[in-house]
Amino acid sequence: MTDRVPVLQIGDVLLVSIQVDLEDRTVLDLQDDLSKRIVDTGARGVVIDISALEIVDSFVGRMLATVAAISRVLGAETVVVGMRPAVAITLVELGLTLGGVRTALNLEAGLAALRRAVHTERPDRA
Amino acid sequence: MPGDTARRTESIELDGSAGVVKARQLVRSLAQEAGLSLVDQTKLVTAASELARNTVVYGGGGRMEAEAAWSNGRSGVRLLFADEGPGIPDVELALTDGWTTGGGMGLGLSGARRLADEFDLDTGEGRGTRVTIVKWAR
Repeated sequence: MTDRVPVLQIGDVLLVSIQVDLEDRTVLDLQDDLSKRIVDTGARGVVIDISALEIVDSFVGRMLATVAAISRVLGAETVVVGMRPAVAITLVELGLTLGGVRTALNLEAGLAALRRAVHTERPDRA
Repeated sequence: MPGDTARRTESIELDGSAGVVKARQLVRSLAQEAGLSLVDQTKLVTAASELARNTVVYGGGGRMEAEAAWSNGRSGVRLLFADEGPGIPDVELALTDGWTTGGGMGLGLSGARRLADEFDLDTGEGRGTRVTIVKWAR
């Protein structure tokens, strides 16, 4: 039995809050769901809240990097928020630096970062 | 078994991604019991997640055995990941960051070695793979 992670829409932002220890299948489903929802909704931003995650291994780390890359291609910016300090330390030691992924300490900072990103990367000039 | 201080080994079947989740949960509780710091718990659970996934994806399934460990007054957790899969022909290469045959990031084995205090890899072409790691409380 694999549950899907809900994707919420607030204006032009999609919000995902991962609350449970994810099976790999669920991680891949989330990646697919998010890509589809970005296109369906025309979202400009994606926020992924991982504050409840006790670990991020290379599989979840790759999903975060992939979602960031896919959403960029589809015209949306992704911010990963709420990473625990122990998770950050472990990720770096594991060898994953999440180079292409925008991060913020919490949801509020993440939304602010998204507003800045969307405004600077969508100037009204041809 | 009150008063039983014999070493108790717990085993988890690694036959799919649900097994990987169960392995993470068991390792977390053993790491807490052994008194590992939050950062060391996180490192051990992450290493276990990588190795459990390797067992499923590359080894074609297998098992994890987990137990409390003691040495020189320190407590820790010892984990064994065993499969009867194809084995690893070139261990040197498999421990290189970024090397992968499974479409992953190639960080599983090398990353798990960095995250653990002790790491032992027993494998060879055609004879399965056994990885043992230990993490000690500081």
